[in-house]
Amino acid sequence: MKLNRREFIKANAIAVAATAAGVAIPATASNLITSSDMTKLKWDKAPCRFCGTGCSVNVGTMDGKIVATHGDINSPVNKGLNCIKGYFLSKIMYGKDRLTKPLLRMKDGKFDKNGDFTPISWDQAFDIMAEKAKATLKEKGPEGVGMFGSGQWTVQEGYAAVKLMKAGFRSNNIDPNARHCMASAVGGFMRTFGIDEPMGCYDDFEAADAFVLWGSNMAEMHPILWTRITDRRLSAPHVKVAVLSTFEHRSFDLADNGMIFTPQTDLAILNFIAHYIIKTGRVNKDFVNKHTNFRLGNTDIGYGLRPEHPLEKKAKNNGSTAGGSQPIDFDEYAKFVSTYTAEYTSELSGVPVDKLNALAELYADPKIKVTSLWTMGFNQHTRGVWANNLVYNIHLLTGKISTPGNSPFSLTGQPSACGTAREVGTFSHRLPADMVVKNPKHRAIAEKIWKLPEGTIPAKPGYHAVLQTRKLKDGELNFYWVQCNNNMQAGANINEEGLPGYRNPKNFIVVSDPYPTVTAQAADLILPTAMWVEKEGVYGNAERRTQSWYQQVNAPEGAFSDMWQVVEFSKRFQIEEVWPEELLAKMPEHRGKSMYSVLFENGTVNEFPLSEVPDDRLNQESRDFGFYIQKGLFEEYAAFGRGHAHDLAPYDRYHKERGLRWPVVDGKETLWRFKEGSDPYVKPGSDYDFYGKPDGKAVIFALPYEPAAEFPDAEYDLWLSTGRVLEHWHSGSMTQRVPELYKAMPDALVYMNPDDAKKRGFRRGDLVKLISRRGEVETRVETRGRNKPPRGLVFMPWFDASRLVNKLTLDATDPLSKETDFKKCAIKIVKA
Amino acid sequence: MKKSILALFSVSVLLSTIATFSQAEEVATLRDNTSISDQKTAKKMPNVSNTDIKQKRNYPMQPPIIPHKVRNYQTNLKVNKCMSCHSRNRTDESQAPMVSVTHYMDRDGNFLAEVSPRRYFCSQCHVPQLETDPLVENTFVDMNTLMKEKAKKAKAEQE
Repeated sequence: MKLNRREFIKANAIAVAATAAGVAIPATASNLITSSDMTKLKWDKAPCRFCGTGCSVNVGTMDGKIVATHGDINSPVNKGLNCIKGYFLSKIMYGKDRLTKPLLRMKDGKFDKNGDFTPISWDQAFDIMAEKAKATLKEKGPEGVGMFGSGQWTVQEGYAAVKLMKAGFRSNNIDPNARHCMASAVGGFMRTFGIDEPMGCYDDFEAADAFVLWGSNMAEMHPILWTRITDRRLSAPHVKVAVLSTFEHRSFDLADNGMIFTPQTDLAILNFIAHYIIKTGRVNKDFVNKHTNFRLGNTDIGYGLRPEHPLEKKAKNNGSTAGGSQPIDFDEYAKFVSTYTAEYTSELSGVPVDKLNALAELYADPKIKVTSLWTMGFNQHTRGVWANNLVYNIHLLTGKISTPGNSPFSLTGQPSACGTAREVGTFSHRLPADMVVKNPKHRAIAEKIWKLPEGTIPAKPGYHAVLQTRKLKDGELNFYWVQCNNNMQAGANINEEGLPGYRNPKNFIVVSDPYPTVTAQAADLILPTAMWVEKEGVYGNAERRTQSWYQQVNAPEGAFSDMWQVVEFSKRFQIEEVWPEELLAKMPEHRGKSMYSVLFENGTVNEFPLSEVPDDRLNQESRDFGFYIQKGLFEEYAAFGRGHAHDLAPYDRYHKERGLRWPVVDGKETLWRFKEGSDPYVKPGSDYDFYGKPDGKAVIFALPYEPAAEFPDAEYDLWLSTGRVLEHWHSGSMTQRVPELYKAMPDALVYMNPDDAKKRGFRRGDLVKLISRRGEVETRVETRGRNKPPRGLVFMPWFDASRLVNKLTLDATDPLSKETDFKKCAIKIVKA
Repeated sequence: MKKSILALFSVSVLLSTIATFSQAEEVATLRDNTSISDQKTAKKMPNVSNTDIKQKRNYPMQPPIIPHKVRNYQTNLKVNKCMSCHSRNRTDESQAPMVSVTHYMDRDGNFLAEVSPRRYFCSQCHVPQLETDPLVENTFVDMNTLMKEKAKKAKAEQE
């Protein structure tokens, strides 16, 4: 049925004539509908559902359905642009297999771990969940229950979950998938500055003279920020871009200096730059003397594997001493980094000396304003915290920090990894506003705000993400609730750890998701979940920008938000069932109450009446609970940070703004922290004040290069790096259901150097088997795609639910941040 | 009308729910009825659709997909191959669609004399399509369909 233009017009003319010959009807008489009550779209703002950039999107609805989305021209982040994923947000909620009924594995009308998924009611779902949770609490106590959440949770969802777990169940076994993503960045910030999140902001991109990408492929993973860098590089010709990676990718298209380095040697390159700055006499001595301290960090810290692993037995400092350090002076530091000469570093990394020198000069030249950017290359690294510390070193040595364009900028992967995972503190060791469970003062603050008896929050950090998986396998974590992530596809080493953990008969696994994911497949109970603008919420992006949105459409009937599920579930417990008598005795007024009442009807969360929800707004949750719950949760949470350098604006203001960057003091956002004049928390007269540290000084750490946990040998002769792609969001559970995105990038291929393929007798498109010590996966060979690996390294993305690359990866983690290294393991490839 | 459509939709979802979930392994739609420890043979790499036939957009603001191959098209510091056909200066020769006028706007909405560098990397928004069928149907409804339904309803009420 191919018509050329003339034939089409002819055919169409006949059709139009036929319509015209019929009875004249005003609205359809023309082939164009023009009446305004028919064509009107309702537009509203929302942050994008995908990455940590935090673009604002205009969402167009008609008759209760989303019919269009486009980039918000009023947003300072994206100024009207979206990436290909963002442009297709309109379709992510409409995959035909949206879940609408809880599904429980059943046999003969009863729960059976090996049964088939059977639709049940929400009442029945909460019944079995409560039964399993109560049985676990009785048998194992609070340590037997756990939750795995997300940097894609809204602030309110994460906050409600933290209260449920840490105050309700009194278990710190809650961790977000942001552990796989941002934990090393958090560790780096806390260790160097004593306070989390970037000092700079996206405004740095229009002010910088040079950009250095450390392992980050922003062209695909932060496309809209990449448009800002591209804009700057191409419109101001003096600007330079350096890109470092273990393989060539799309970001190299803009690179003036593209560098491929051997995995793990980024640590050496960072130390080389410090050495270069010192050797060429370009240390900013005034800044360094006034605002920094030097420390020598402990080394040989292990690889976060199970304790019985040979590498852990061998490591000297893999216990509580891993994060230890001792003070040194500048000369000792200079001597430490002097090992990393250009020649030595070049030999180790494979990067030519002249390229290394050109890179170092961008940092050393006092006239160049330089912005460093990184994401998973640094963070998913068994020395991830070190890598973060080392990049801050070179910005601190030169004083290139906290001023426009001078910015060590840790990019965030997920839309609310900052807002929810980090700021709310949904980690196993954290509380809101950078506080930690092991600090008794911090616990006391939280207990006061939550109106709970002293001693409610346990002091011992809970199981982090990787430890949760191990404890599931070992049968010690028995009631487990997964929300807003797809860890059976995303977690490392699913063959040896993840899958046996979920399927362990001792465990009951609940998975909340809009779609039936791989993780849902491994679950015992699946809960159908509302997503994105089917609920009201708040996200916080990579530049500390907090953004809110209203519910704009109804979820499919039967699907409810993560927050609704958490709060509703808390009604199933009497407080006596979760708290011991000695705790209750301290606050007898809670006797006889439900956990819901203690946590969420505490006078703060339920402070704001339904009348504050605008009449024309849907807000299913608030209308169900009978009060403005999103506002109540937000305002209670905001009390943690106000007056403590984490100030948030009043909730209602966020509905009117395209986000605000915290701390918001006297109604004004903060663009550059730690610098006098732009950060209200800086002590007057100090110029710079790194107030996260008691002495106001940031730390420059002496830390060495240490090898990766696993590297190629004679048998497993290739490095495997995994990662993401432009067209899909993470595991593809939303974007693989959008036909245009699926057809743009349907399958995860293995990207190989043509020489490596030829050596093994492979041609493009051949079916091959990737084999590691832990598992195998089949896919097809791509030798001329967008990624061009050097000899000896292959790349395979993890978005494809049908080809699970995480069967291969090693669950080695940074011992400091507990974040897994998804970028380095050893594999071999054979013809399938 | 709207209600009956919704009702129809939920019935069909329900039916597929009951039909699909009779076996535990069948639940993960994108895995095509395969247990997690197993894997289906990876299908052949599909070809890129190269018909040059424009596809209807889902909504007016959607970036058009690329209806042809772009293999070996370079976009880097030296050259932007896409613009050799789609730039305003070349469309008379190429008869390719000119890049949208929005592409001439800088961050602040000012029109420039040439395409804005923020739009330089075309592939961030425009992608070719491979010749393969989606794994899951998408029930997104075009605003045009909704308008027509409303018009029809208005007509029925008039009669």
